[in-house]
This record gives sequence, C-alpha cells and structure tokens, in this order.
Amino acid sequence: MSYLSHADLGGQIGHGPIVQDVAEPLFHHDWERRALAITLAMGATGAWNIDMSRAARETRPNYAAMSYYEIWISALETLLLERGLVSADELAAGRALAPAQTLPRRLAAADVAGALRAGSPTARAATEAACFTVGQRVRMSDQRAAHHTRLPAYARGRHGIVQHVHGKHVFADTHAQGLGEQPQWLYTVVFDGADLWGDGGAPGLQVSVDAWQPYLEAV
Amino acid sequence: MDEPDHEHEHGHGHSELSAMELRVRALESILTQKGYVDPAALDALIDTYQTRVGPRNGARVVARSWVDPEFRDWLRRDATAAIASMGYGGRQGEHMVAVENTPRRHNLVVCTLCSCYPWPVLGLPPTWYKSAPYRSRVVRDPRGVLAEFGLQLPQDLEIRVWDSTAEVRYLVIPQRPAHSEGLEETALAALVTRDSMIGTGVALSPPGGST
Repeated sequence: MSYLSHADLGGQIGHGPIVQDVAEPLFHHDWERRALAITLAMGATGAWNIDMSRAARETRPNYAAMSYYEIWISALETLLLERGLVSADELAAGRALAPAQTLPRRLAAADVAGALRAGSPTARAATEAACFTVGQRVRMSDQRAAHHTRLPAYARGRHGIVQHVHGKHVFADTHAQGLGEQPQWLYTVVFDGADLWGDGGAPGLQVSVDAWQPYLEAV
Repeated sequence: MDEPDHEHEHGHGHSELSAMELRVRALESILTQKGYVDPAALDALIDTYQTRVGPRNGARVVARSWVDPEFRDWLRRDATAAIASMGYGGRQGEHMVAVENTPRRHNLVVCTLCSCYPWPVLGLPPTWYKSAPYRSRVVRDPRGVLAEFGLQLPQDLEIRVWDSTAEVRYLVIPQRPAHSEGLEETALAALVTRDSMIGTGVALSPPGGST
C-alpha cells in the first residue's frame, strides 16, 4: 500500500513569494461558488467524512498544478466514483444515466443554516486519563504513515513541549481510512524553531501543531 | 496551485464557458438529477458564505475583547463558548482557541496540510492562505513572510506560529492600537482587519490619530 500526500508543504523550499490580491473577490469564477456548494452539500449526505475528503484532495496526482477549487472538484469526482455514486460515463455525458443510490441524508435548503451552525464537533467523552500533561517533553513519531495523517513531515521525530490538552477528539488517521472515529487525546505541542530548522530557523520562533496521542512518545 | 485559471478572463464573460465551468455544471446536474443535492440548498450555502459569514464577525469578537475584560477572560478560558455568545460558531469553528498578541509575542496562524481556517469568524480563506508559498514558508521563515505583508516586527519579538493540524481553529487577537482609548466597540471593530486576525497584519490606527 502506498499513500502519497502532495499537501504536506510545511518547511518546503522553493515555492516563491506569496501572491496577495488586495481586492481579491471571494470567488474568482462562478464555478468556484458552485464547487463550494456541491462539495458542502455532498459532505452533508454522510457518504463520506471530512477526513476522507482531505485524503482525496491531498492525493490528487496533479495537486500542485491545480487551483484550490480545482482540487476540490477533482477530489469530489473521485469520492463519488470510488463509491459508485456517479459513473465515469455520467461525468462524460454530463447527466444522470443510472438510478441513484440511497444516502444517509440529504441537506434540504431549510436545514442549511442549522447544519452550518451545528457543524461537526470532534470532541468525544474520555473514559481514561491522558498520557501526557501540560509542560511535559514529548517526541513526535518518526514513522511515515502509509495513510492519511495530520502529523506534518517537518515535525516528525522532533522534540516538543505539551502546551495544552484538548480532550479526546475523533482521530483523523482512522476516520479517513473508514476505520471509525477511534477518539484519541489531542494536544498542542510546541517546538522551538531551532529544533525544527537548525540555524535556518528565525530567532525567537516557536511553532505548534495539534497532535493526537498516537503521534507522541514520552522522552 | 494558487493560480486561478485565466483562460477565459480576456472576454467580457459572455463568450464560451471554460472547461472548469462545464465540468462543474455537469457534476452539479448529475448530483441534482440523482437527488443527492437540493438545488435550493446549494444557493443557501453560497449565500451564507457570500453575504452572512466573514471577517466582520471576528472583528466584533476582537473589539469586544478590547473593551470588556470579563469577555476577554472568557475568550481565554473557552473561546468556543465566548464566540458563540455573539452568535458565531459551527462549521470549521467547532473548537476555537483565541491567541492574544502582546508586546512580547506575535501570533500567526496557518494550515500547512490543507486550508483549515476559522470560517464562522473569518469566512472563507483568501487564496494566499491556501497557497503553497504561505503554507510552506510561514512555519520556517515567518519574518520573511510578514515582510511581504509589509510588517516589520522588532527582532526581539517572539513569533509563535500555530499550525492548524486538527479540528482546533485559531483566532489571533491583535493588540489594541494606540490612541484608540476613546473609541467605542463598533468603531474599534472597524480597525480590525482580516489579516490582523490571521497574524499577517496588525490592527489599523484610528482615523485622524497620530502614528
């Protein structure tokens, strides 16, 4: 099983200057509006979860060449095709050719405001104590995951300090693989810039990530 | 990846449709015909993020924290609840943390892995926030990044970058600008820019105030 994310960009060199558009419109093209809406509406059906969406986006082979909403559309098509909710023939024809499948939910217009207001909280009840406490020194796993993960490569194997314990949260790694929520304790872990980047780090720099317990080991 | 497609921007918008326009229309048609999505829900979703949710929400939160010490304490203890008390919350803001700039520390927010951003208080992220240059560089060379935003911070100022790698969303509380003592909450909110709540900017100086 190989899994390749093209989205883990932290610390990479060579991406050039930041292009700001002071008068940037919220959407650059009308299709971007529609892309946002169909992505959110399909997400609300329960056909997949947000971690599966992120996995689909970050594994698009041409990720780096696409604009953000192009990535969203490419990932949405992939998620639909993988589940047989839409066929390649239908995408080519631009219309439905086969009967629909039954999905857990359908987001009705009247429910949009309520669904957005509710969101999808990921905090879950804890039945056991957290392994790490605030102020404790920890080491991030140096394992390269063969699946979707939220441990950025730049923090792999690095030492940091637990700064906050957030409670248990849905574990993105298993949730993305269809292995369930498997809630894990979540921590904010802070690193010194020099520990991440050596002499290349800015003086006085600290960087934190939010890390689930399986990413961490005691030192 | 931050380049929008320019192939059809030379006309006046009523020539042929771009490949992406056709592709997304086709997909929307299929999803609607199959009954997976409600077309009216799509319009409601677009309307929400186009007209109802944006950085003015966050600006009101920041202004209140500047004038109301009790609210500021609440924001420190439980930002999700404090922000919800002003009517903002939900999708992509389910678990909020407010991080305050001080004379000793400047905070910056990024999502190096995708584009996580506190939607209920800031709306949808700008293109640069989602772009490879910002995501790759800000965790390593924040001063270089801030310089491109026109911000030169003192060398002895600590810089703290928050990488949004889980479902916690961060809102930077910029420092209250000098000479703003007499202003009330609404006028203060007008000084709070989107970028100052991401950390790539600072709050504006009051109009007419000396700098």
